[in-house]
Amino acid sequence: MQTITMKVNGVSTSCDVPDNTLLVSFLRETMGLTGTHIGCDTSQCGACVVHVNGKSTKSCTILAAQLEGAEVTTIEGIANGDELHPMQQAFHENHGLQCGFCTPGMVMSAIELVEKNKNLSEREIREGLEGNICRCTGYHNIVKSVQDAAGKMGG
Amino acid sequence: MPEGTVNQGIGASVRRKEDKRFLIGKGNYTDDINRAGQLHVYFLRSPVAFADIVSINKQKAEKASGVAAILTGEDVAADGLGGPICGWVPTNKDGSAPSEPPHPILANGRVRYVGDHVAAVFAETLDQAMSAAELIDVTYSEMPAITDLKTAIDSTQIHDGMENNTYFDWELGDEAATNDAFDKAATIVNVDIRNNRVIPNAMEPRAAVADYNTGDGRYTLFTTSQNPQLTRLVIGAFMLNIPESKFRVVAPDVGGGFGSKIYVYPEEAVCVWASKKLGRAVKWTADRTQAFLGDAHGRDHISEVKLALDKNNRITGLRVDTLANLGAYLSAFAMVTPTYLHGTLLSGVYDIPAIYTNVKGICTNTVNVDAYRGAGRPEATYLLERTMDVAAKQVGMDPAEFRRLNFIPKDAFPYQTAVALQYDVGDYEPLLDRAMAMIDYANFESRRAKSAKNGKCRGIGISTYIEACGIAPSAVVGALGGRVGLYESAVVRVDPTGTISVLTGTHSHGQGHDTTFAQIVCDKLGVGIETVEIVHGDSDRTPFGMGTYGSRSLAVGGTAISKALDKVIAKGKIIAAHMLEAADADIEFKDGKFTVMGTDREKSFGEIALSAYVPHNFPHDRLEPGLEETSFYDPLNFTYPSGTHIAEVEIDPATGVVELVDWVCCDDFGNLINPMVVEGQVHGGIAQGVGQALYEEAAYNDNGQLLSASYMDYCMPRADHFPSLKVENLVTACTHNDLGVKGCGEAGAIASPPAVINAVVDALSPLGVTDITMPATPQKVWQAIQAAQTKAAE
Repeated sequence: MQTITMKVNGVSTSCDVPDNTLLVSFLRETMGLTGTHIGCDTSQCGACVVHVNGKSTKSCTILAAQLEGAEVTTIEGIANGDELHPMQQAFHENHGLQCGFCTPGMVMSAIELVEKNKNLSEREIREGLEGNICRCTGYHNIVKSVQDAAGKMGG
Repeated sequence: MPEGTVNQGIGASVRRKEDKRFLIGKGNYTDDINRAGQLHVYFLRSPVAFADIVSINKQKAEKASGVAAILTGEDVAADGLGGPICGWVPTNKDGSAPSEPPHPILANGRVRYVGDHVAAVFAETLDQAMSAAELIDVTYSEMPAITDLKTAIDSTQIHDGMENNTYFDWELGDEAATNDAFDKAATIVNVDIRNNRVIPNAMEPRAAVADYNTGDGRYTLFTTSQNPQLTRLVIGAFMLNIPESKFRVVAPDVGGGFGSKIYVYPEEAVCVWASKKLGRAVKWTADRTQAFLGDAHGRDHISEVKLALDKNNRITGLRVDTLANLGAYLSAFAMVTPTYLHGTLLSGVYDIPAIYTNVKGICTNTVNVDAYRGAGRPEATYLLERTMDVAAKQVGMDPAEFRRLNFIPKDAFPYQTAVALQYDVGDYEPLLDRAMAMIDYANFESRRAKSAKNGKCRGIGISTYIEACGIAPSAVVGALGGRVGLYESAVVRVDPTGTISVLTGTHSHGQGHDTTFAQIVCDKLGVGIETVEIVHGDSDRTPFGMGTYGSRSLAVGGTAISKALDKVIAKGKIIAAHMLEAADADIEFKDGKFTVMGTDREKSFGEIALSAYVPHNFPHDRLEPGLEETSFYDPLNFTYPSGTHIAEVEIDPATGVVELVDWVCCDDFGNLINPMVVEGQVHGGIAQGVGQALYEEAAYNDNGQLLSASYMDYCMPRADHFPSLKVENLVTACTHNDLGVKGCGEAGAIASPPAVINAVVDALSPLGVTDITMPATPQKVWQAIQAAQTKAAE
């Protein structure tokens, strides 16, 4: 058991976590942030992607106890009040989601992808999302969504 | 539609109402739900494929930290519990009933596949349950596993009393007429087909949370289901003996289904059973490994196909002999998928006067196989469309023109096939023409030559498909062995202030019903989409309905909504006539207003709604208060979407890597409610079919171990596997439902595998390759090239 202090979606939180608690379990079970999903057990599917200190991170692959002092942002923390983040809005406008299960991870991965390079080609978007699996959309409208958001995020 | 308003009705690409909750992390999936005091259950699964259980020693595990109970098959038997049942049962060709061996929800004395449930361990935390499971000492007496379809018939009986490991031996069509066609044929085409076994892989793993309330004696089950009402019926009436009124089943947000969440699984029933037995709520969530081992798989057929042609290359006969691997146990649609959803589709879009098919459903030591996106229809389409390409090549025709020659002509509808179905409407040539134009079929050879200059093999592949969906007319289903009706229900509840709730028996798990069903309401009532809520997935709130699968939700469930709306309008007219002091027959309803015909006297829909609930001066002898109507709609026929998909691939012969470089399709789904949603369904279906054709395979070894039980070993299609997909539509409206709709959910998965494989074979044919089995992995492609070249050198 360790006592850790981290910022989750801008709010400072301090609590005791068992040594073997994954970040995703900490977020879902301790913080009640169930928007981050668990879709596999081999760090392949990307449904659990959050931002740790601004970087896309599979939250099933890092322990909460490692994150003393970290800033964690989840899907619940990217909208500005009622105003959706441009990536969320683009997924809505372009039908970039169906069942919604992979969506939080997909959106979080896509945000970092665009923030790193606002002039992404279609091929770069497809390769950049290789770590996120979607079974519903065939990725077509996800790619469109990311292209759309990239434009609005200053690309 | 009133002037100046935005079209939110039928035909508009309205952005989805359900998106926001998913985009801000406020979805409500089963694993997001927790109940006070809940236990967690972990299932100890069989590590061997086929064995007698000699003993289970659970004493040490029971004493482990946090463990509340451990239940096994003996407890299930002692409580007299039933197992999952089959919903649709064909008859053997000799007239006898098929075998339906019992499926205990926890193995009783024998395990029959790797993953079979041996014990359920209940503990305060999941970690404790998993740790305790490792302390259970099970002694197995192993038998050789039976995994091969062809030899299973001659192997040890997997279920006592089931001869030849054969669940059923079924036939359809006129064998004598078909034999006659082959006797007279100018050309006979023989093709061996293998339809690979795949795993549905909805991104949300299955989960269940069950809670029994000792106060009122009611059970609540939250579960990942495509059809919560059927889950309630099966668990309540057939497995646990719970009166339906004492059992609430909720399927909240469900993260994809693709067929795999139709069936009732042992885990759900165990959770419900244990919640009363242990007096605590029980939660179970599968990890991905359990999903691979326990979710029903799809496909897995071997077929021998023979096609007879006359001297003009017109098809005169088709014979298909199929072995279908159904795994160790049967589930809801296991027997109907390879029979009535497969054999009846063998005519495809072609005019084939004589067809005969025999299908044997085989038991093996593998997890059960059931409906997976398309369910039988992809298997039929794959074998037929591959055979069409082989036949075209054999007679020296272009594959597009060979198909065109054999299409059912536009003026032949309604068309009675040789395999039971009657297609109501269709027009296949314009779909083929449009798809060929979209991909510039005419100039393909120049693209092939260009690729060849770069050392690549380019190929093009066509698939012209049909599907039977809108499942299904109850009378037809009943005559064919169905144990359920396949109507659908809807309640339209107009509130006093004019807002509207539609309660549907279907379920949405990605399809967008919250939006598309609301569009039907907007269109018919002239109200804004923000006033409409679609309610599904809660047996306490919705009428009994059959759920979502078989592209049925719009064609059947949407039509039920349409009919309930008609009843609302009809009653609204009577209320308006009363308020406006006019005759009922003089009221017309248009653009959200009830008007006395030929006058300017009118009442808005909102005024009528309020009046219905404030009926101070209603003549109650002819007008009841309230504005809520129900419809149970039973379709008159299946619906028959069709279309043409064309794939273009480029293959590097040095590595065997297949790159999908272009994809076009032109589909006919009848009228479209929301073209944006329809396109999305097509994209997803194509991706799943491409996955089956190029990447995915549920691989068992000879010992019955599933080798592909994680995303490290089972190749899921990813974003970089696809080009931009070009999707268009043409419309022939369905003739027998109010909306003229046919359904679109499975088309992509049905059409795409043969388009891909036809393209791969076309690309490799200059190298002498004539066939390749799915999935066309780099290794398999490379080996096919080497084999063809070795053969050519001999």
